Amino acid sequence: MSDSLANRMGSLPSRAAPPYQPASSASLADILERVLDKGVVIAGDIQINLLDIELLTIKLRLLIASVDKAKEMGIDWWEHDPSLSSRADHSTSRLEEENQRLREQIEALRADAALPPVSAPEAATPRRRPAKRPTAHTRPGPGDT
Amino acid sequence: MSDASLTYAYAVARDRTPALAAEAGTLTGVAGAPVRLLTPDRTTTPVAVVSHVPAEDFHEAALHRHLEDLGWLEALARAHHGVIEALAAHTTVLPLRLATVYLDDDRVRAMLDDNQKLFFDGLERLRGHVELGVKLYVEAEPRPPAATDAPPDPALSPGRAYLRRRRTEQDARHDAHRAAEEAAQRIAVIARAHAVQWARHRVQEGELATGPGQNVVNDAYLVPADHVRAFREETMHATDGLPGLRVDVTGPWAPYSFATLTPPEPGTASAP
Repeated sequence: MSDSLANRMGSLPSRAAPPYQPASSASLADILERVLDKGVVIAGDIQINLLDIELLTIKLRLLIASVDKAKEMGIDWWEHDPSLSSRADHSTSRLEEENQRLREQIEALRADAALPPVSAPEAATPRRRPAKRPTAHTRPGPGDT
Repeated sequence: MSDASLTYAYAVARDRTPALAAEAGTLTGVAGAPVRLLTPDRTTTPVAVVSHVPAEDFHEAALHRHLEDLGWLEALARAHHGVIEALAAHTTVLPLRLATVYLDDDRVRAMLDDNQKLFFDGLERLRGHVELGVKLYVEAEPRPPAATDAPPDPALSPGRAYLRRRRTEQDARHDAHRAAEEAAQRIAVIARAHAVQWARHRVQEGELATGPGQNVVNDAYLVPADHVRAFREETMHATDGLPGLRVDVTGPWAPYSFATLTPPEPGTASAP
């Protein structure tokens, strides 16, 4: 999918063209926006349903803005398309960042409340207030009792 | 043989006129089979334009798979359009959405019977009209009034010269967009004189967009056949005296963009 649509269209073998009549002078974009998007919609027996056609249209327009709409409809072909999946990666890393931040906050809260640290902390999570804890074992001062 | 083929429907026309039948007889359909006209079971009108297609390529799963193949899709779209274009030159046709496929001819006849009134109404509304496409482009590199390749003013520092050049370019772009509005208004005036209906298409900005410049208007007009020439000629002049703009008129098309049929809502009164 890395090669562009235009390239793929441009490099079509000539056999793909209809073999029987003078090609219409109309551009492919003008034809597709009419035959896919317009025309009488009447139920045929073979249901390539309108969803498929709609998605095709979206794909051909290469409008990223329309991807959300397609996703709402539960179709995710673009997830396999590296050129479109960067957003997914981005949201994953944001989630990880947030997890990390939350873990640190929890550690800080535990430390403040003098609770023991989480028994199996993630390796990368730094402990808070490590320096103070040992002093808790020192003897109380003489005037304390 | 018949169980290995399905019936692909292209369009619906009012009557099986000799001219239409003769034209259809010269056409080959999307999969190489001859184009035919079918009439309904109970009457003689309307007629459907059909051809056989191989079931192995047009049953559900195969079609779904094929449509992902852009080469296949292009061939299908061009062939579909080719049949409709050839017939639309003879009579008003209602183009059907790409890939409207039936199990056999009888199913198409039944479909004609079921939707007879809908088709008649649509055909009557569109009779004698064609669709014209109008696209307006702002040229990608608006030509600033003072050519940028003129030698820089020696009195200006390089920074100031750069800023001045940027400003000139921005002004040129701004002018181009104002000019586009002006041209769009001129086209609206022309349309009021010659067109009866208007449809807005999305501007072509994908990689399929052809031609230089940025497409800012992509409209379709329903025009009576005897106004096509005047509409086209006047529209081609809509950008006269407006630098950085280009107008493109396409068609005549079969009335794809106006072939929306509104079936009566079952059991509901019409909306207020």
